Amino acid sequence: MTALSLTDLRAGYDRDLPIVKGVSFTIEEGEAVCILGPNGAGKSTMIKAIAGLVPCFGGQVQLDDMDITGLPSHTLVRKGMGFVPQTENIFTRLTILENLQIAAQLLPRQARAGRIEAMLEMFPDLGSRPRELAGALSGGQRQMLAAARALLNEPRVLMLDEPSAGLSPKLVAQVFDTLRRISDAGVTLVLVEQNVRAALGLTDRALVLVDGRLAHDGPAADLHDGKLLGDLFLGHRAAEAGA
Amino acid sequence: MNPQAIIDGLVSGSTIGLGAIGLTLTYSILRFANFTHGDFLAWGAYLTLTVAGVLGGLAAGLGAPVYPFSFGWGLPLAILGGVVLTVTLALGLDRILFGRLRARGADAIIIVMASFGASMALRSLLEFIFTAKPAYFTKALQIANPLGFGMRATPDQLLVIGLTLLLVLALHLVVTHSATGRAMRAVSENPSLAGVYGIDVGKVIRVTWIIGAGMACIAGVMAGLLVQIRPYMGFDLLLPLFAAAILGGIGSIPGAMLGGLIIGLAEAFAVQIIGAEWRAAISFVILVLVLMLRPQGIFGQRGA
Repeated sequence: MTALSLTDLRAGYDRDLPIVKGVSFTIEEGEAVCILGPNGAGKSTMIKAIAGLVPCFGGQVQLDDMDITGLPSHTLVRKGMGFVPQTENIFTRLTILENLQIAAQLLPRQARAGRIEAMLEMFPDLGSRPRELAGALSGGQRQMLAAARALLNEPRVLMLDEPSAGLSPKLVAQVFDTLRRISDAGVTLVLVEQNVRAALGLTDRALVLVDGRLAHDGPAADLHDGKLLGDLFLGHRAAEAGA
Repeated sequence: MNPQAIIDGLVSGSTIGLGAIGLTLTYSILRFANFTHGDFLAWGAYLTLTVAGVLGGLAAGLGAPVYPFSFGWGLPLAILGGVVLTVTLALGLDRILFGRLRARGADAIIIVMASFGASMALRSLLEFIFTAKPAYFTKALQIANPLGFGMRATPDQLLVIGLTLLLVLALHLVVTHSATGRAMRAVSENPSLAGVYGIDVGKVIRVTWIIGAGMACIAGVMAGLLVQIRPYMGFDLLLPLFAAAILGGIGSIPGAMLGGLIIGLAEAFAVQIIGAEWRAAISFVILVLVLMLRPQGIFGQRGA
């Protein structure tokens, strides 16, 4: 069953200069997909447009069979879409517990405490100090909290924008271990990532975006040797595809 | 020095602090300095006076003073009506002006200028409807009772201080311990991320106006009860309100209250030490000093 589909999506900050220039793809339920591409390709803009944070100028986004194009982000959370932004993805002036409590407000009252407890158990680094200010957490722990917050509402689709950005290799491994557990639990995962090796190691399928257009859509394994990816990043294959 | 300045300062500081709460919340959540906030105080006072007049017309007994205060049961009832009407005014203004500017992505300076213009319009409208002649909730005279240490206060003044402390405590608990308060703090830190967390930012903005305008109305009634009601009363309080909000730290409710009390006390002592003509300058001096020495205020966080 299709979890997320884009049809000719155009999005950006200026209607006359769209950054995402007509992208179409579908992601099946339970799939783990990474979106790769050179800097400025429009990966983050696309994922933010799906999440309701950047205006869509045309095309359609569907979550399951619902048209969610241009819906505000708070509505999408209720419909089963989780999104973890690249930076500033937690409230640093609130405690760890308060961050989770805010997310839990969308759940039925009787389920809130249990879900928060489950998240604190899933991420022991957070569970050991729930009343500490989130601003005191390290980079990796912040990503854990951001993921815990997004998972708390049991999203059907979880999108993450460069979860490894700014993290040490050790912390990257830790974050990707967590993402693997999330994926193994059946959550549909969409990952925008600059750390190509880590992303390809985690996901089943890779989409490559070049200059706001989809340049490649295929198994992640196809990109492991780096040759095809290099060509795509340099625009060779995209030019061929467009020709 | 006459210790009576302490009571005078606490009384005027209560009004300033209560008024500054709305200003600090608007500033931290909507991210603009709202010049219409002073006018919400004045409109709140006049609207409450109007409701009190209507209630007095319906039941004459409601206006009879209730010992030991200078007003009758009509005033507390009228305040409820005044709060509802002032909140409606604030929400209406946000819908037709500020909300539209936000939706267009207007810069903060544009919204500030819009609030400045709206403030003048609201003030002129108030003067047009009610005239510039001062109005009063009550003309009953009250005797100030001795409190010890050379200080005196009327029952109305003590009520103002007590009610202010109760309201501030209640609001502080709401903001720090309720889901609504958490959502307000989240939107204040990062509105875009708040949406990602599932918070309806529009709803939080409406709650902010409701609290801010409600507190402004009560502050206006307090100022009117203890002195008089004038269309310019809110405008005259604007500088002390800003000074209190910034001194306490933008976004902090106890900070706004403490800032208000400090401004009130500083004004009262300045009247005694350097003369009443310098009273208005005190807020300005404190504002400049805070901006230079501790721009984040007493309870504010650097960079907030």
